[in-house]
Amino acid sequence: MPTPSVLMGAVAYDPKVVTIWEGFRAWLRGRGLDFDFVLYSHYERQVEDLVAGRIDAAWNSPLAWLRAERLAAANGTTVRALTMRDTDQDLTSIVVVRADSSVRQIADLAGRVVAVGAVDSPQATLIPLGHLAAAGVKADVRRFDVGVGLHGDHIGGERDAARALVAGEVDAACMIDANHLAFVQEGTLPPEGTRIVAQTAPYDHCNMTVRAPESAGVQLFGTLLLGMSYADPQVRPLLDLEGLTAWKDGRATGYDALAGAVDASGFYSPDGRVTATDYRP
Amino acid sequence: MSTAPVAEVDLGGLGFGRGAHLLVQRALAGLPPGGRLAVSGRDPALRVHLAVWCRRRGHRVEWPDRGDRSDLVAVVVRGSADDERWFGAERAGPALPSALSSRPPARWGLGARGALLEAGGPEARFDLDDRDLVWADIAPHLYTQAAARQWDPQTAVPWDDSFALPADVEAAVVQVMTYLVENEQAALVVPARFVGRIHPHFREVVQLLAVQMADEARHMEVFSRRALLRGAELGTSSAGGRQSLFTLVAESDFALASFLLSVLGEGSFVDLLSFLHEFAPDPVTRRICWLAMQDERRHVVFGMAHLEHQAQLDPLLRDRLRAAIHRRHDALVDTAGLNADVFDSLVVLAAGGWRPDDVSAGYDRVQALQHAMDQGRQRRLVRLGFLPDEAAALSALHTRNFM
Repeated sequence: MPTPSVLMGAVAYDPKVVTIWEGFRAWLRGRGLDFDFVLYSHYERQVEDLVAGRIDAAWNSPLAWLRAERLAAANGTTVRALTMRDTDQDLTSIVVVRADSSVRQIADLAGRVVAVGAVDSPQATLIPLGHLAAAGVKADVRRFDVGVGLHGDHIGGERDAARALVAGEVDAACMIDANHLAFVQEGTLPPEGTRIVAQTAPYDHCNMTVRAPESAGVQLFGTLLLGMSYADPQVRPLLDLEGLTAWKDGRATGYDALAGAVDASGFYSPDGRVTATDYRP
Repeated sequence: MSTAPVAEVDLGGLGFGRGAHLLVQRALAGLPPGGRLAVSGRDPALRVHLAVWCRRRGHRVEWPDRGDRSDLVAVVVRGSADDERWFGAERAGPALPSALSSRPPARWGLGARGALLEAGGPEARFDLDDRDLVWADIAPHLYTQAAARQWDPQTAVPWDDSFALPADVEAAVVQVMTYLVENEQAALVVPARFVGRIHPHFREVVQLLAVQMADEARHMEVFSRRALLRGAELGTSSAGGRQSLFTLVAESDFALASFLLSVLGEGSFVDLLSFLHEFAPDPVTRRICWLAMQDERRHVVFGMAHLEHQAQLDPLLRDRLRAAIHRRHDALVDTAGLNADVFDSLVVLAAGGWRPDDVSAGYDRVQALQHAMDQGRQRRLVRLGFLPDEAAALSALHTRNFM
């Protein structure tokens, strides 16, 4: 019987991606899985290659997951979220104003300038704008397009939005909850200089997307990922780099808010084509 | 199992942007995985930031009905990642140097001796990791003494004393200083080549060698400064002298290098500095030679201590030491040895005048110095276990360049 194998795609949003997956590759190969990975410069080609069967698994952003679902459905196939990080579950995005702002609640943002991240950032653009729209707030959106095609993995757009807020160039800025704390801790935002005026409902972030039915290699991949222990000194530094303490079973229940925002903004068509007019990854 | 929190922490107005995690962490430390901590506080961003922090650290957060407790923010359920990080952790030996490991493992690497080391991390290659090869029990004491006796070249030397020497005597001082600087350079480079190879478990030895290097750096400074105190040019450097020093720097075996440098070379240098202290024609030269001599004595003590210890454990060590002397002698047999300008300058300084009787007396004194150096080397060789006859023969093979 041949050794089960998996070829996984990952997007090279940061040099650490190479360190992480080379480390995981050695660990997985040591446990009977012939694992390798290919790097993509953006998520769109990675998703197309997954659905076309050129790779077996894709370490996907939430937006890439939605597109994979749509492309697969249009193709008469299905994809599944094999695993996700513990830190991918139940995240929120927030809308922040300066502490001395007259904006007290979400409705006050109507007509104000709201800074968001890159056009394709689920957490800093699509989900929070969907949240504002659901509240009936029509704001003047100012976008900070950094790392377009990386689906918001690059923190630059969010940070630029936060800086614009501090500089008084915008009235509010959207960001993922974790980056608000990070920006305060790194000094981008003054500790008591901002106020949170809106928080979205919890949603999920990345997942390891695979085609169904799963091959023996993919099944073994899922089992091995779930078996990675934070107590294992070989993988712990890699888990720290990847930002998790444990892999969880994948779930597809945390993407409704993003799907609604994608439809409302016309980012992808229902059959998975890229329809956003100003999106060039 | 009860879901009631077993512990509480009130953060007051403190937020995660100003260190609230320390209080939460401290409260969680007392709980087992699964233990529940009620967190209250008034920071407006606390609800958001607490969830972020817990997610990152592998703790779960519950949002209970606040009931009548308006300041209750959340209940944190302690995860296991904090414990798992320390699974397989080990102490890097004892904190104090009383029961050192005979061969500390490479995985301890740069961890502080006695620290609790997280498993994993690099296997740092410190190839000088044999206690018997590196250690001497006197090292911590010598380090303390060395650190306490560091002197400031600016204030420890009477640079501004007014003195004027005849030009030829000043030239002799400059020549001797030039020679001392090149020797001190070698004495700095030799330990520098080993410091990075010694396992940090033997940190007092590393510290001692580091101070030794700092000593040599000061010596280089003060000897250079004296050389240029009254003029703008240094003296000469002979090819043979540099060849002799080069054979020291090229020795890659720690025991042999420390034997050649500290026991034989610096041992002889102590005699030379004592000689210069006695016959120095000016207060600056006298002072810097005395200061350097105190430091060099310490270097010799450590070199002797760790080789004596090693010689007791390893009967073959003496064979290697003997071979090192022969090897160096063979390498230098075709060289001139001591720079003739240096020898003549020593005679001039010891003569103290230009009458034939003065020169004759100076010459005798330099010969007496060489005899004292030879006697000192023989004494140290005997302490390392060589028989007196052999010690005399080996001492005679030592470089004529003194160091």
